[in-house]
Amino acid sequence: MNILVCISNVPDTTTRIKYSADMKAVDYSGVQWIINPWDELALTRAIELKEAHPALVQKITVITAGGADADPTLRKALACGADDAIRVDAAGGDSLFTATQLAHAVKGEPFDVILCGIESSDYNGSAVGGMLAELLDYNSVSAVSSLNLDGNSIKVTREIDGGKQSIETSAPVVLIVQKGIAINPRIPSMRGIMTARTKPLKVVAATAAAPGSKVVGYQAPPQKSACKMIDPENIDELVHLLHTEARVI
Amino acid sequence: MNFEFSEEQLMIQQAARDYAQRELIKDVIERDTHAIYPTEHVKALSELGFMGMLVDPEYDGGGMDTVSYVLAMEEISKVDSSVSVIMSVNNSLVCYGIEKFGTEAQKEKFLKPLARGEKIGAFLLSEPEAGSDATSQRTTAEDKGDYYLLNGTKNWITNGNTAGTYLVIAQTHPEKGHKGINVLIVDRHSPGISVGPHEDKMGMRSSDTHSVMFNDVKVPKENRIGEDGFGFKFAMKTLEGGRIGIAAQALGIASGAFERAVKYSKERKAFGTEIANHQSVAFKLADMAVKIENARNLCLKAAWLKDQGKPYGYASAMAKYYAAEIAMEVTTEAVQIHGGYGYVKEYHVERLMREAKLTQIYEGTSEIQQIVISRQVLNEF
Repeated sequence: MNILVCISNVPDTTTRIKYSADMKAVDYSGVQWIINPWDELALTRAIELKEAHPALVQKITVITAGGADADPTLRKALACGADDAIRVDAAGGDSLFTATQLAHAVKGEPFDVILCGIESSDYNGSAVGGMLAELLDYNSVSAVSSLNLDGNSIKVTREIDGGKQSIETSAPVVLIVQKGIAINPRIPSMRGIMTARTKPLKVVAATAAAPGSKVVGYQAPPQKSACKMIDPENIDELVHLLHTEARVI
Repeated sequence: MNFEFSEEQLMIQQAARDYAQRELIKDVIERDTHAIYPTEHVKALSELGFMGMLVDPEYDGGGMDTVSYVLAMEEISKVDSSVSVIMSVNNSLVCYGIEKFGTEAQKEKFLKPLARGEKIGAFLLSEPEAGSDATSQRTTAEDKGDYYLLNGTKNWITNGNTAGTYLVIAQTHPEKGHKGINVLIVDRHSPGISVGPHEDKMGMRSSDTHSVMFNDVKVPKENRIGEDGFGFKFAMKTLEGGRIGIAAQALGIASGAFERAVKYSKERKAFGTEIANHQSVAFKLADMAVKIENARNLCLKAAWLKDQGKPYGYASAMAKYYAAEIAMEVTTEAVQIHGGYGYVKEYHVERLMREAKLTQIYEGTSEIQQIVISRQVLNEF
């Protein structure tokens, strides 16, 4: 079994997001880039499965669509335990553009399970996984919070309203995973960092693809107003302010 | 000149940061309060390769450079120096000493388990009456033909109880003074070794510091490192590198306290505004930032010199001296910025202040570093 993990290269989650003066673009200067947290959990689970089923899981590949500045993120994935990496040399674009690039790179390749994080922590599109499954004509399961292998059977759990749903599926399949798929993201070991030097990172040319949407601008969230402290004894004032200022009661 | 880190160095820094901020932080106050040895963390950091990160992969180490080691030490020490001191002693004193000066057989037998972190090492130099004055060793290693007979007491030994492998500095030829000193690799479980009670320390309380007593302990001759009488030179050479580790530890203590002080000063309000907006606090932060940046540059320069195979004793003494001194200053100011909250355990800075004090004392006091630096200054200028 070969597992493909789709990686999105995103700004560190503590980054204070800035915009260009005309509010038409995000200003990425000085940003630290990381593996999208959901993709990192997906990769961790893939590695755990390979460690638990060495005879069954042959290879873990990571893929991203992006410029050369995404290479350090891919190499970190290799250091964590992926066997090889693919970068589709296609920066920017919306979810459809990204999914098209990924599908172009992996179509016909023998990947049995494709893992995608449920969303990226920067644009929160939640669309690439489903689109990729559609473009590859694979089955897909969304909101997967646990993944186990039983021979060729792929057992997953989904989070649903009021509980969990257990599903069995078979390869090839795209699994769109969320929190719970792994507990702690894998930290690369010294050995992993060292071996990542020699693991293959293949760059694939982009395919022509028209984005399905166009960004016309950004708006920053409004500044948080100052917190007003009220004496706990003074309930009347609290009620008065909630009514007249916050207007929530 | 290039101040950029390599991608690999950044990856190691991030790995250390991730482990420290996700795992070490969870129970650090409890470990400190009750002086609990961080068994699980040492195991996890061994599995990640941090305990032998400087050792050549040929001997099962991580094969990383000293710059990476400084970056990792800083990150771990921001959270818990009881853990980073275990890492420092194992890497830069014990593993380094055996790798640099040991025989192939010694490396095979002793270095590999230490590099894998399966065993932890301890460096036994200090004695009740020989701390900074390392030439006055009372512990004896009597030459008995095919073995040495070890007798004496060592003090303040980091990893004293948990270590599996000791490097013991002892006097074989008292008439030769420091040229009669040897260094022996000793299995901690050899008959005749007893370990004193856990020292109840002011800071770094969860690292296990003990005295170790040797009573007619037989050590095979093949466990001696280097030629007969090499021990003092071995200790001095090894401590040169050890200073980089402790300098980076002091740096981490300072930067850990600084990061907390910055965060707190942007949250805490007094006189109608965040305290960071008061010049008295803002200027403190500016001074702390400059000191930390200076300490970091000294640490990295010493590490870089070592990686280039250039002499680094002077630079490592400067780094250790300066970083330890500013760690004390910066942590004291961090407590001050926190006010009353800084004086309670929950906010971590009082612990960092207690930890900082030790960096001025161990692996060569600040005054010993001043001797090393001043001698070089007076020789050169």
